[in-house]
Amino acid sequence: MASCLSARKVTKRFGGLIAVDSVSLEIPERVILSVIGPNGAGKTTFFNCISGFYTPEEGDILYHGRSIVGYRPDSIAAMGIARTYQNIRLFPGMTALENVLVGRHVHLNAGMLGTLLRLPGTVSEEEKAHEEARRLLDFVGLAGSGDTLGRNLPYGDQRRLEIARALASEPGLLLLDEPTAGMNPQETDQLMGFIERLRDELGLTVLLIEHDMRVVMGISDLVAVLHYGTKIAEGPPNVVQRDAAVIEAYLGTGGNGNGQP
Amino acid sequence: MSDLRQSLRTATIVGSVMVFVALIGALTAFADEPIVSGVLTLTQLILLLGAFAAGYRTESGRRGREGAILSMGLGALSGAAAMAFLGVLAVIVDLVNLRSVLVNATPALVEVLTLDRGLPAGLGVLLAVGVVGGALGAVWNRIPGWFRRELSLGGAAVLLIGILRGKGLDPWAAAGLLAAITLGAYAYSSYGSSILDGYRRFERGNESMTRLVLWTVVAAVLLLLPQVLGVYATSVVDLVGLYALMGLGLNIVVGYAGLLDLGYVAFFTIGAYVTGLLTSPAASTHLGLSFWVAWPVALAAAATAGALLGIPVLRMRGDYLAIVTLGFGEIIRILVMSDALKGILGGAQGIIEIPGPVLGGFTFIKPQHFYYLILLGCLAVVVVSRRVSDSRIGRAWVAIREDEDVAEATGINLVRYKLLAFSLGASFSGIGGAIFASWVHAVFPNSFTLLVSINILSLIIVGGIGSIPGVILGAFVLVGLPEILREFADFRMITFGALLVVMMLARPEGLWPAKQRRRELSADTLEA
Amino acid sequence: MRRRAAGPIDFTKLVVSGIGVAMLVFVAWRIVLTASEGTYGWPTYASQIVFGLAQGGIYALIALGYTLVYGILFMINFAHGEIFMGGTYIGFFVIEAFAESGFLQTHPLPALLITALTAMLSSVVLAIGLERIAYRPLRKAPRLVPLITAIGASLFLQYAFRGLFGTGVKVYPDTHLYIAGIDLLGGRYDLGGVTVRPIYFVVFLLAVALMLALWLFVQKTKMGKAMRAVAEDKDTAALMGINVDRVIVMTFALGAALAGAAGVMYALYNKQVTHTMGFFPGIKAFTAAVLGGIGNIPGAMLGGFFLGLAESTFPTLLGLDAQLKDVIAFSLLVLVLIFRPTGILGEVLSRRKA
Repeated sequence: MASCLSARKVTKRFGGLIAVDSVSLEIPERVILSVIGPNGAGKTTFFNCISGFYTPEEGDILYHGRSIVGYRPDSIAAMGIARTYQNIRLFPGMTALENVLVGRHVHLNAGMLGTLLRLPGTVSEEEKAHEEARRLLDFVGLAGSGDTLGRNLPYGDQRRLEIARALASEPGLLLLDEPTAGMNPQETDQLMGFIERLRDELGLTVLLIEHDMRVVMGISDLVAVLHYGTKIAEGPPNVVQRDAAVIEAYLGTGGNGNGQP
Repeated sequence: MSDLRQSLRTATIVGSVMVFVALIGALTAFADEPIVSGVLTLTQLILLLGAFAAGYRTESGRRGREGAILSMGLGALSGAAAMAFLGVLAVIVDLVNLRSVLVNATPALVEVLTLDRGLPAGLGVLLAVGVVGGALGAVWNRIPGWFRRELSLGGAAVLLIGILRGKGLDPWAAAGLLAAITLGAYAYSSYGSSILDGYRRFERGNESMTRLVLWTVVAAVLLLLPQVLGVYATSVVDLVGLYALMGLGLNIVVGYAGLLDLGYVAFFTIGAYVTGLLTSPAASTHLGLSFWVAWPVALAAAATAGALLGIPVLRMRGDYLAIVTLGFGEIIRILVMSDALKGILGGAQGIIEIPGPVLGGFTFIKPQHFYYLILLGCLAVVVVSRRVSDSRIGRAWVAIREDEDVAEATGINLVRYKLLAFSLGASFSGIGGAIFASWVHAVFPNSFTLLVSINILSLIIVGGIGSIPGVILGAFVLVGLPEILREFADFRMITFGALLVVMMLARPEGLWPAKQRRRELSADTLEA
Repeated sequence: MRRRAAGPIDFTKLVVSGIGVAMLVFVAWRIVLTASEGTYGWPTYASQIVFGLAQGGIYALIALGYTLVYGILFMINFAHGEIFMGGTYIGFFVIEAFAESGFLQTHPLPALLITALTAMLSSVVLAIGLERIAYRPLRKAPRLVPLITAIGASLFLQYAFRGLFGTGVKVYPDTHLYIAGIDLLGGRYDLGGVTVRPIYFVVFLLAVALMLALWLFVQKTKMGKAMRAVAEDKDTAALMGINVDRVIVMTFALGAALAGAAGVMYALYNKQVTHTMGFFPGIKAFTAAVLGGIGNIPGAMLGGFFLGLAESTFPTLLGLDAQLKDVIAFSLLVLVLIFRPTGILGEVLSRRKA
């Protein structure tokens, strides 16, 4: 099976610090792959390299066989990679519906002329976009909250809205950065089911950063472990769980049991 | 005891502010501005309001509210103490000649401060004003809110009409007006909602009809306005319209896209000079083209300049952008004024003999003619603003304003959309420049200073950033009122400065907030 | 149209670099042209350099105020030019009084010292008031909000001074200070065809001395260390028991004191004082701060001197109209922001993302 994303010896440095050190990773289509590791292991930096916020110094990242290194974040988003953020980053002054509509940006074509003259194509495109956005809000369980401002939504809803915004671009690869952070066990369960639906119903490939081992072991098809910027293990969850190097990284060098901070 | 301290502390703040107001010459300037003829001048009203504010603040700062007499006493004390600052000022100014330093410390000031009764008798009157005003302020705090609102509406109406009449209102007329407006407002607040509900029900049944009637009325008022207003008032409205037009343009850049552009005047300059060069037979180009040819060129030139400036600066962080655009505005002004380009742009002499627009043999000359041109421009700009803001483009701008990095990761090309905002905003300013040039028939470099940019920025902030009706309201308040109240002209810039600070501290969403911000406010109150 | 990737070759970067290269080529071409004509000899350039150093010292002192505040609050104190103006203005009334009483003529040194101290104190009072009333309540507001407040405050201060003290131009009295027979402040000497004004040297040396004092303060004193800690991380500094509010007030005060001192020095050779005098030096000093790398103290000093020298020598060097002097500063600003957005000495601040 062809890889959705393949990272080849990706290295990112900040001054003297090597945040991501020659990490290679193959993500097949339609799987949930979790990246785990103690805090500061370079997980979010790796995400930022994929989504174009950082340009890695060495190595290459291929999306569907095409290199995306050096492209700006907006181009990478247009190629079909969408993401969420560790500390939720909505557009706080926009309504939930508008947030999702911004997510659809790459699929809309309206130009200045069409907008100013209200050309029929533009109008119908806009109507369809609204329809689609409402459908997505419904899908993530925010049907009644379309007119609420992002910042006024409850915490769990903000997380879901962020995912809806990412989904609105109809991505081929979804990067979720600690989506269950700050959620209670019930909400976490809901979200786990939701992420599995994304894979099974929408056929999405999901790359997940997660600290909660219950989530990682529960829904991941594959797990990769980062430690001090290097990949120390990779494979199905039950294999990685028994890997000596992983146990060493989590238990041996000051990490506590489940990797929680 | 703490009440007493609070009352004196308030008096100190109010007193210091009053002394400042006196020393910048405001009290002396407004002494000849009657509100109610023979009874109350604007200066006296300011004194009374100062004492009133001291009393009000004292009372609202109290923990307990018991004791009506005590509260009036504290208020009166605070008001009197605040006025005492002015009394001391009057004595000092009378004894020592400070005029070599403080230009407004004049005998006229003493006269005003002692309410024309001279020292020392006037001091007693001044303190009496403090006592009365302070006590009233304290009482004001204890009367029901609905009555306060209605009464202040009545008071504001008397003040505005009194000032506008120039010679003030007749005492009986003032009392009548106050009573009428207060009662009217009371009636409206009691029965208004049921009337409005009735209208809404009616409207729901006859939507297309009511809308037609509404728009017909609005259109008729807008079209007939200059016939009613006369030449001077129309020219004021023209100026307001011109500023509203440009304010709406800057609103796109600052309000929607969140890019603080302090060099907005540059595009106004470019629009005006391009029009001058193309239409004036006296310009170095000797083209003498028609206005109708010139304005699209002016628009295009301004939009291009916007894009050209945008390319290097738009990658900068917000506050760098502000300074660089400010610098750009100054560069354009210096270039226009310089001897180096005098051969083309006329240097300090500018370009003269710019003809008015000609339409089928009819020449636009009078303010009434330009009114329609400006109205058309404003309408076009409102339509463009509304349509763009409700579209993919407008959403991209707001997303950039809210969180640039996330917007980019969501697929928005930052440079393209920022450039678009910049050029669209610039093109509005360019049209403004074109109309301005043909209206005043000449362009001089001195018309295009940084203060124009600051004026426009102030009006969109005071009106409501990101809000179309807010910008128009802001233009009326900040451009229209100072033109009508010529006595205020000297205090215009200082008021703008203070307004910018106060608005940012107390009401950053402006007088007429944008839809989004209002929604957010109502949502917040729901939560509370 | 859709999904058109920008690609690793960035169009806007290309355009931007093109503009920058074109400007540099223009500068090089004009310099070669002027040099080959040889109209101006070394004496011209020497006197321009001396003036540039003095003017640069003034810019540097004001720029330090921008940089100090920016380093801690990440805001541009747009009203800093007015703080410079305010000190100069109040200083005028003091020195004028000394001149009228004859004290300035008999005891120039103490008179000047008192003038400078009063000016510095006035600037400090203005700055602290400004911080307390206008900036402190907005510390957590979005970035645009304090900037607009600062613009408002700048306008307010300008017109408050105009309202209080009138519209006329005030002129600092002529001052003379003889040391070893040389009039350090008012003298003009002819040295082989070049007019030399010792005041420029005095201003330059005083500016350097003040900067050294600031440098020592920031590096050696407890308050200086607290300032650096707050600049690094406000929250952590607060946890370590540093009174952040006090440090911020101190920062404003320090910057204002330097601006007030700069104001008196500036007025000693430039003479004229008006309510708008703070605008251009303020903007240019900000440019200097950006040139050197905003937030960076040595950078502000370097940027100030560089800008002063550029302004005084470039018009002749490039064969430009002297009226275009003010354009130079802004063009430099744009160039620096294109090629080195962090300034000459600025460290590469990693943009905080995600």
